[in-house]
Amino acid sequence: MTNVSPPISLSAADLAIGASLVLFSACLSLALSLRLHRALLWAAARMVAQLLLVGFVLRIVFELSNPWVTLLAALLMAAAASFEAGARQEHKLPAPWHYITGGSATMFATLIITVLALVTALRPHPWYNAREALPLTGIILGNVMNAVSLALNSFFTTAHRERAAIEARLALGESRYLALHNIAAHSIRTALIPTINVMSAAGLITMPGIMTGQLLAGMDPVAAAKYQILLMFLIVGGNCLGSFAAVHVAIHRLVDRRDRLRLDRLRNRLG
Amino acid sequence: MPRRRRAGLTMLLEIDALRGKPGGPFSLRLGAGDCVVISGPSGIGKSLLLRMIADLDENQGRVLLNGTSRDAMTAPQWRRQVMYVAAESGWWADHVHEHMQPIAEAKRLAPRLGLAEALLHAPVAQLSTGERQRLGLIRAIIRAPLVLLLDEPSSALDEESTLRMEALLRELTEAGMGLILVTHNEAQARRLATRRYQMCAGRLEEMSA
Repeated sequence: MTNVSPPISLSAADLAIGASLVLFSACLSLALSLRLHRALLWAAARMVAQLLLVGFVLRIVFELSNPWVTLLAALLMAAAASFEAGARQEHKLPAPWHYITGGSATMFATLIITVLALVTALRPHPWYNAREALPLTGIILGNVMNAVSLALNSFFTTAHRERAAIEARLALGESRYLALHNIAAHSIRTALIPTINVMSAAGLITMPGIMTGQLLAGMDPVAAAKYQILLMFLIVGGNCLGSFAAVHVAIHRLVDRRDRLRLDRLRNRLG
Repeated sequence: MPRRRRAGLTMLLEIDALRGKPGGPFSLRLGAGDCVVISGPSGIGKSLLLRMIADLDENQGRVLLNGTSRDAMTAPQWRRQVMYVAAESGWWADHVHEHMQPIAEAKRLAPRLGLAEALLHAPVAQLSTGERQRLGLIRAIIRAPLVLLLDEPSSALDEESTLRMEALLRELTEAGMGLILVTHNEAQARRLATRRYQMCAGRLEEMSA
């Protein structure tokens, strides 16, 4: 980063202009009785509080520059991601396994991709330097969490719907991997389609968030593009690993040691 | 089909103190060429019993095939030899032939059950209930199991198709296959059974023939 112009610093007044848009939307909702204003204002307030809090916490973590503190912050993020990866599933495993399935896949993929990027391409000094490590962990974690969540949702929902077809294959003496192959492949595809869409559309239709941020912060466009390309590769790799791992763990939970389909281990979101 | 062989004094299938969701203990002996028919009221657990024998549902107990315990083999190995055919068959691919292996054997059997050979290349979605049921049976037979566990195999068939199916089953048992049949069709039970059991309240009672 050689040609960085001083980053734009936002004042409270600048943020107030932005906030007025939210207020305007809320007023509109009141006037047209869309009944959105409550949710809108609450979400906006949460967002402001969460981001400011993160800003202050990161400032402290960066200043401390202690590998253990950085690790602790990364673990907290991973725990939150594991929790969110399992939220909003139509069918899910009961409590401990629910978090283990989503969490292990998310953390496994994030750890591999983040460490790989930090020790090879990015190489900050030291490699676990919080200023690079934490935002990178966050980006990978968020994307992998999405992919894992999509893969698991698709896998459990399809397995539930296709019970007769899976059991027909098992009854004919096929292994769990053959019997569940179609469903596993479908789930991984479902998990990766959004990533592939984002890659294809990158730059033409949407400007990726990181690149936008770096351009606004004054980085050279080509340098920002290269940075974004690397991140996209990391995200694709992470999502691929994450959805593979999630489906793998899910297969082992949905089939027992005698290759029986155990849909009784699933809970409906209502039940 | 020459692959079957009679094994001296050991039974083809021995079931000892099998327990599970439908109750138990269930015990049953099946020799090569036997056809055991199980009847009983709906919902008593006849299908669940067949599924337990095929190890498709959780169960405890000893089950032997030609003297070899099923615990000594993987579950897929077991199910390739002791094969369960559900009353309503599930299909995992779009076309019938994708489920048939080996396809040549399926082509040979289809006309025996009154099905046109062309049906093997039809989309599964276009099959009638009766066609699905017969193709589901063919799909199992061509994989050459030693024991077939049939769950109401003619519930969707007319009289003529039912008799065709029975003729095929009789031919298979004469060649040494074992058959356990769950049926509500009294005439069919009398035509096929070498032994009959009544299932009630979590146990099997042998019926006098």
